[in-house]
Amino acid sequence: MPFRRRFVYSDRVEATSFSSEPHSKAPLLSMRDITKRFPGVVANDRVSFEVRAGEVHALLGENGAGKTTLMNILYGLYHPDEGDVYLSGEPVRLVSPRDAMKRGIGLVAQHFHLARRHTVAENIALGLPDTPMLFPTRALERRLTELGERYGLAVDPKARIWQLSPGEQQRVEILKALVQGAKILILDEPTSVLTPQEADRLFAVVRQMRADGEAVIFISHKLDEVMEIADTITVLRKGRVEGTLKRSEANPSKLARLMVGRDVANPERKVASPSEESVVRLVGVWCKNARGVDALKDLSFEVRHGEILGVAGVAGNGQGELIEILTGLRKPTHGRIALDGGDITPLGVKGLFEAGVAHIPEDRNHIGIVPSMSVAENLVLRQYRYKPFAKGMLLDWSAVTGFVQDAIKGYEIATPSKDTIARLLSGGNVQKLILARELSGEPKLVVASHPTYGLDVSATALTHRLLLEQRERGAGVLLVSEDLEELMKLSDRIMVLFSGRVMGVVESTEADRERLGLMMAGVQEQGLQKHQDLSVTEMGI
Amino acid sequence: MDFLDLLTSTSARALAFSTPLLWAALGEIYAERAGVVNLGVEGMMILGAVAGFIVGQTSGSPLLGLVLAAGVGGVAALVHAFIAVTLRANQYVSGLALTIFGLGLSGLLGREWVGQPLVNSMTFVTVPVLSEVPVLGPVLFTDQYLLTYAGLVAAALLWFVLHHTRLGMTLRTVGEAPVAADVAGINVMAVRYGAVAFGGVMAGIAGAYLSVAYRPSWGEGMTNGMGWIALAMAIFALWDPLRAVGAAFLFGAFFTLSFRLQNVFPPELLTLMPYVFTIVALTLVALGKGARSFGAPAALGQPYQRGER
Repeated sequence: MPFRRRFVYSDRVEATSFSSEPHSKAPLLSMRDITKRFPGVVANDRVSFEVRAGEVHALLGENGAGKTTLMNILYGLYHPDEGDVYLSGEPVRLVSPRDAMKRGIGLVAQHFHLARRHTVAENIALGLPDTPMLFPTRALERRLTELGERYGLAVDPKARIWQLSPGEQQRVEILKALVQGAKILILDEPTSVLTPQEADRLFAVVRQMRADGEAVIFISHKLDEVMEIADTITVLRKGRVEGTLKRSEANPSKLARLMVGRDVANPERKVASPSEESVVRLVGVWCKNARGVDALKDLSFEVRHGEILGVAGVAGNGQGELIEILTGLRKPTHGRIALDGGDITPLGVKGLFEAGVAHIPEDRNHIGIVPSMSVAENLVLRQYRYKPFAKGMLLDWSAVTGFVQDAIKGYEIATPSKDTIARLLSGGNVQKLILARELSGEPKLVVASHPTYGLDVSATALTHRLLLEQRERGAGVLLVSEDLEELMKLSDRIMVLFSGRVMGVVESTEADRERLGLMMAGVQEQGLQKHQDLSVTEMGI
Repeated sequence: MDFLDLLTSTSARALAFSTPLLWAALGEIYAERAGVVNLGVEGMMILGAVAGFIVGQTSGSPLLGLVLAAGVGGVAALVHAFIAVTLRANQYVSGLALTIFGLGLSGLLGREWVGQPLVNSMTFVTVPVLSEVPVLGPVLFTDQYLLTYAGLVAAALLWFVLHHTRLGMTLRTVGEAPVAADVAGINVMAVRYGAVAFGGVMAGIAGAYLSVAYRPSWGEGMTNGMGWIALAMAIFALWDPLRAVGAAFLFGAFFTLSFRLQNVFPPELLTLMPYVFTIVALTLVALGKGARSFGAPAALGQPYQRGER
């Protein structure tokens, strides 16, 4: 088995064994005409691509393009309906993840496969064939420290997973693959949980692996990082390969066109100036998360009329709780929230909706809609109890129908009929449905959480356009997103949260990845404007 | 009777009483560590008790009865494993059904054997030398059954296996993060089957201890709710075999005391204590910072299915 590489500690042995392999032999990995069907969808349609040793090969595509399915096939989790996988020119059938691992394939999945209560070493020892029966982690702990230093992947082997940040957990996954002797490392959307600086560190690790003769498959939908790290780029769209390019032949607009299938038109943000008056203002807000730990700490900021305020931060730094207190799903423990000067702190979900707060939730399929109810019912889920839809105890279905038909047309919701079950709609159409419902009453404040996550390009563009329209209409928009490009494109100002505190608020014209990234890692900006001195009386509450 | 005598004799009786609780709880701890709740402990115990008695009576060998009881417990547990692991049905419903089934079947099978004394029952063992040690001697090493000692050894062994061996790590991972285990090449189903069957074997032994040693006879429903206490103990011990020893002894002491002190103290209140303790322990765990390191196995009660769409 040419792929089996036991972990060897002498750098010299490793280096020679790698460099003696000429890079021009049969490709390390070759997938040919892979087809995988799921009920109702062809996830991979005759996909072929090759990876050589010492190469970083990017798989670029939108969500749902078939990247993850392809990698699950390579990792033995799914079996292809048609097509073959070759390793160093030999055809192989990968039946399980263990099988793939034995053949030198390592996967760092988007959602980590780690037991949260176990230590780092325990998690890694689990998949190793030579882990001893007794005291399984003892020898490994030393090996991990050495390997961590070599690749710049330092993690305490005795730390428990729940104590680690997402970036550190990712390092554990990479270490796991390296210890298992992976020669082909698959990184699935690896930067989605990282700050820009952490991403740069990851890229350094990837370059080190490339120098050592590893093959790295880098899955992403972000053009800029693919341009930065990849040697070769294969673009997937709707399950098919749209093209394979060398980085030297590629440029972002060419890649975008391949990825989307047409030129991408971005909605323009008019340089309208937000008014000085705030829609919503928070003063000294604290709240606890579901585990009873303080998630927001002394938060003070405002969103003005006609402004989009972007909220940046690594996932889990209080964004979710912020959304929840603004929409009535969670109560602050201290502090005040004012909407157009009126105190809305004690209001619940219904009260805030009536006061003019629209909510575009992150988990659109579970929180945004009732999947088993019809499109029409979902469209009036918020308004059905008010006129004109309600007449006393009764619903006026003719009024509902009129509204629903306008909404389906106006928001381009692709649905067979208004009575179709909402679950059957695609992600983009579910989001249009939610936008139609939430934006219909001319809200004062729109709270949007990751509104374009997982959407295709046209649905993303529509969502952006609608949010910008709300801004131009004079509403305030609070936009939480992990996509810094999106934040910089849409927002007037960007606020960075770290560990439940505001690290800084910057004008989007002055924002860049470096500056935001530092704040996302917890570095507070010098001379940060203090909003805390706003007293409750000043707010007129 | 002076106080020391009362203390040692109560402790010795508590130890004997706690033995079946310990065996059953150790088995349930392993099953739950693998992520499978088995509410059928009571049913498996009673099946073990009736099988142990019938085989012990017909063969004349209590040991043979014990071995068969272990087998019967294991087979009964496999039924639960099939329903809960393979069919991914609701574990609580399946376990409950197993208990009801076990109680009914044992009553049917044991009808003709009710009231007979066992011809050869297990005998007391007194450990030479050690029984002379003051206090500990009379409590631990005088007139106890071999199964009592074996239970204590088993607890230590199972603790070591759970925390310091590859097998234990595998088991814990299957209960904490079955996806991580699967991706590491561990057969999640097989581990769960094994753990549930092991739990059944232990419950079967616990049941047979009652019918061939502690109370060498058969009576319908003779487990008398011990299976439920064993379930509560698994939680009270925070899924740790060594803590289960302490829990078993504590619970055993309550029962012995409720009997001894019935003139001065309402016995119902004392027999209630194990459950009160379990509720208190669960509350403390849920409130405290320990939840992350000591809480229930994260995948407890959840069927596992690999993520094909």
